[in-house]
Amino acid sequence: MAKQIKPIMTVGIGGAAGDGIREAGSNLGILLNDVGLKTHFSFKYPSLIRGGHNYSRLSFSKEKIFYDYKKLDVLIALNEESIKRHLGELNKNAIVFAENFDDEDKKALGENAISLPLTEFITNIKAPSITRSSVALGALCYLLDLPLGNMTKIFNEIFRAKSPETNILLAEMGYKHLEKLNIKHSNLIAHELINSPTAEFIDGNTAVARGLVAAGLNTYVSYPMTPSSSILHFLASQERNFKIKVIHPENEISSINMALGMAYAGERVAVGTAGGGFALMQEAFSLAGMAEVPLVVAVSQRHAPATGVPTHSSQSDLRFVLHAGHGEFPRIVIAPGDPEESFRAGADALNLAWKYQLPAIVLLDKHVSENMTTSTINPKSVMIEKGKILISVDSSYKRYALSKDGVSPLAFPGTPNAVVKFDSYEHDEGGITTEEIPTIKAMQEKRFAKYASLAKEFKNFETVKTYGDPKSKNVIVFWGSTKTVLLEAAKYFKKTVKILQILWLEPFDVASVSKNLKGAKKIINIESNHNGQLAGLIREKTGIEVTNSILRYDSAPFDPLELAETLNKLI
Amino acid sequence: MDLNLSTNAKITWCPGCPNSQILVAFRQAVTELVAGGKLKPENLVALSGIGCHGKITDYLNVNSFTSLHGRVIPTMTGVKSANPSLTVVGFSGDADTYDEGIEHFIHAARRNSDINLFIHDNQIFALTTGQATPTTPKGFKGKSTPFGSIEEPFNPLLIMLSSGATFVAQTFAGDIAGTKRIMLSAMVHKGFSFVSIIQPCITFFDTRDHYKERVYWLDDSFPKNDLSAAIAKVMEGGGKTPLGIFYQVEKPTFEEELNK
Repeated sequence: MAKQIKPIMTVGIGGAAGDGIREAGSNLGILLNDVGLKTHFSFKYPSLIRGGHNYSRLSFSKEKIFYDYKKLDVLIALNEESIKRHLGELNKNAIVFAENFDDEDKKALGENAISLPLTEFITNIKAPSITRSSVALGALCYLLDLPLGNMTKIFNEIFRAKSPETNILLAEMGYKHLEKLNIKHSNLIAHELINSPTAEFIDGNTAVARGLVAAGLNTYVSYPMTPSSSILHFLASQERNFKIKVIHPENEISSINMALGMAYAGERVAVGTAGGGFALMQEAFSLAGMAEVPLVVAVSQRHAPATGVPTHSSQSDLRFVLHAGHGEFPRIVIAPGDPEESFRAGADALNLAWKYQLPAIVLLDKHVSENMTTSTINPKSVMIEKGKILISVDSSYKRYALSKDGVSPLAFPGTPNAVVKFDSYEHDEGGITTEEIPTIKAMQEKRFAKYASLAKEFKNFETVKTYGDPKSKNVIVFWGSTKTVLLEAAKYFKKTVKILQILWLEPFDVASVSKNLKGAKKIINIESNHNGQLAGLIREKTGIEVTNSILRYDSAPFDPLELAETLNKLI
Repeated sequence: MDLNLSTNAKITWCPGCPNSQILVAFRQAVTELVAGGKLKPENLVALSGIGCHGKITDYLNVNSFTSLHGRVIPTMTGVKSANPSLTVVGFSGDADTYDEGIEHFIHAARRNSDINLFIHDNQIFALTTGQATPTTPKGFKGKSTPFGSIEEPFNPLLIMLSSGATFVAQTFAGDIAGTKRIMLSAMVHKGFSFVSIIQPCITFFDTRDHYKERVYWLDDSFPKNDLSAAIAKVMEGGGKTPLGIFYQVEKPTFEEELNK
């Protein structure tokens, strides 16, 4: 593509768990977003509460940025370990902020090692240790030449919840410290303040939660499990604001069975979990298929099998969710790649679950769940699809009345004259258990008729998306969070390529995928799993074989530059 | 209009099974509540787990949700929390709740969800043709324990009293009038109601004569709000089996707290 790449700057913030590294990163992200810079933020952390190494990384630019880079222009090190760990990842002339540098680091960094008297500053104003990062935030504002006067409004927004006076004061101290030292402003990204940001800085979990709410969510039920927990935390914190209920029951099995009871009684519900929690939900997920219960399950993948690496990412549950639950029944699986798609997926999944009375999965992973990026979310763009709901019936009402589109009109208990019977056994039209062969066949066909109805919906949704040159004979295919790092890498591609993203994994838009892959000379599949699960699915559904696969199953993220280098060799 | 509580489903319990007596008692209780203006038929939801007891939802012409083995309790909680104006009755068995769904049993009592759990306790897996459950006496020779079960049974009434249930009662399926009376009290009680229904399995573990000789009803002087007295009563030895309401108190319900 060989176009001019606008300057991109990357900042890393490292420290121990308990140092507020995530907050420092997301605060910086909001700040950059609010001054009009496009930003991508990732957070790496081990599964522990205190100690260990936590690391926030942000890349930002004036043009759209899809992913953050390994190589740093600024490192903010809140402990010694952070300097050592990231010294090898510094770009030329990178600045390092830290309280102390040992001789070796001083020698390596020269004048780019800038000491910040963090402990002295917080001791002077009797502030807790966790506020040290605010000093660094202020210093960074100076480095980026963001005038202190313009920052006050943003600082107020960022620190609203947590002692704003203290944090703002410390940021100012950090800013003035650099001013006094007469440090040169960074000229990587010349500041150009805009007054009101049009986009917001948001992660995928918050976005999927807001999508669900926009589509009329009544209740969210979830047992916490990384990396899905922040959906639970966000919705619980907004319970009163959104006028929803949030329940955290005794385990995942209880969560999903409660949700089925709620949907039966007329509530639009969702449950959320990670792969392991969804494993516990299998029998009830199958019941949602059998009893035709509208239900959304947000599944966020982490490195597996078993407990795996809880805070590392993976895309190894694609086949699991496609085949989830015993028996055969229709389901929807949508895998968004970023917060904007997550919002849409949450809303679409809830609407489609009710329109077609089936379970719908939003398949996330650690990256899409937790990474934050500059995004445009428009809740007003979502219409609530209620589905075939009856508010009055006569006594002939049958819950599972056969219908051409596979969807039977749904009444709720409490409706006069209605006897609404849901059944986990195979059942007749009235919801009474059956062992009659023709009825069993008719019911299985009724449920699967929903796929024919859904296929007609493909044109109304982005089941697949394409990027790059639509005529290129080189096609890169992917699903989920690979989107962000791949589109960032694409800025460095030496040849034109077509990039195909598959958002709907079930039902699978065979015609669109085939059309996009047909005639390709090279089809390169990129996934974060060992077996190339998407490659297998494409072959199963279309008969088309990918020519190359780039698979990463070490739980670490791709880097845009490294991925670009790998792909440039292949294309 | 006459209240029709029967469906066209053919009853497939063994002829003479006490499950039919539970069905009759429940229909009578519902008829009485509806006639007394205390319940609109459309506001009743019957749920069940899986086991012989679970067939009951097919035989009741009321709103119903036949759930999974062991999972009737969270499903009931979901129904009630979504629409607190519904009267939610869940039927379950000793294997269904005391084995497969024991965690939900304890947590539902703790949360005091305003739901009614009626356990058909036949002290046996019946639908799977005769294996020991958590209420089967030690030494029972079943298909999975041909040399006698090696595990002690537990006391579900005691578990409920220690878990926060606000209504704890026991009845005997053979006493239809008594069962109906207890069901009525449970259904009008606000909070988590637990009713243990002793239901002999006439095919795999026939305890009809055993219980007929041993069951007796608590007299009216038994204090219903005294937890220590209730605990002492449900642990009473001496070869007798007490029936009646052991404990009944008022506490805020899960749904009240949730919708605050």
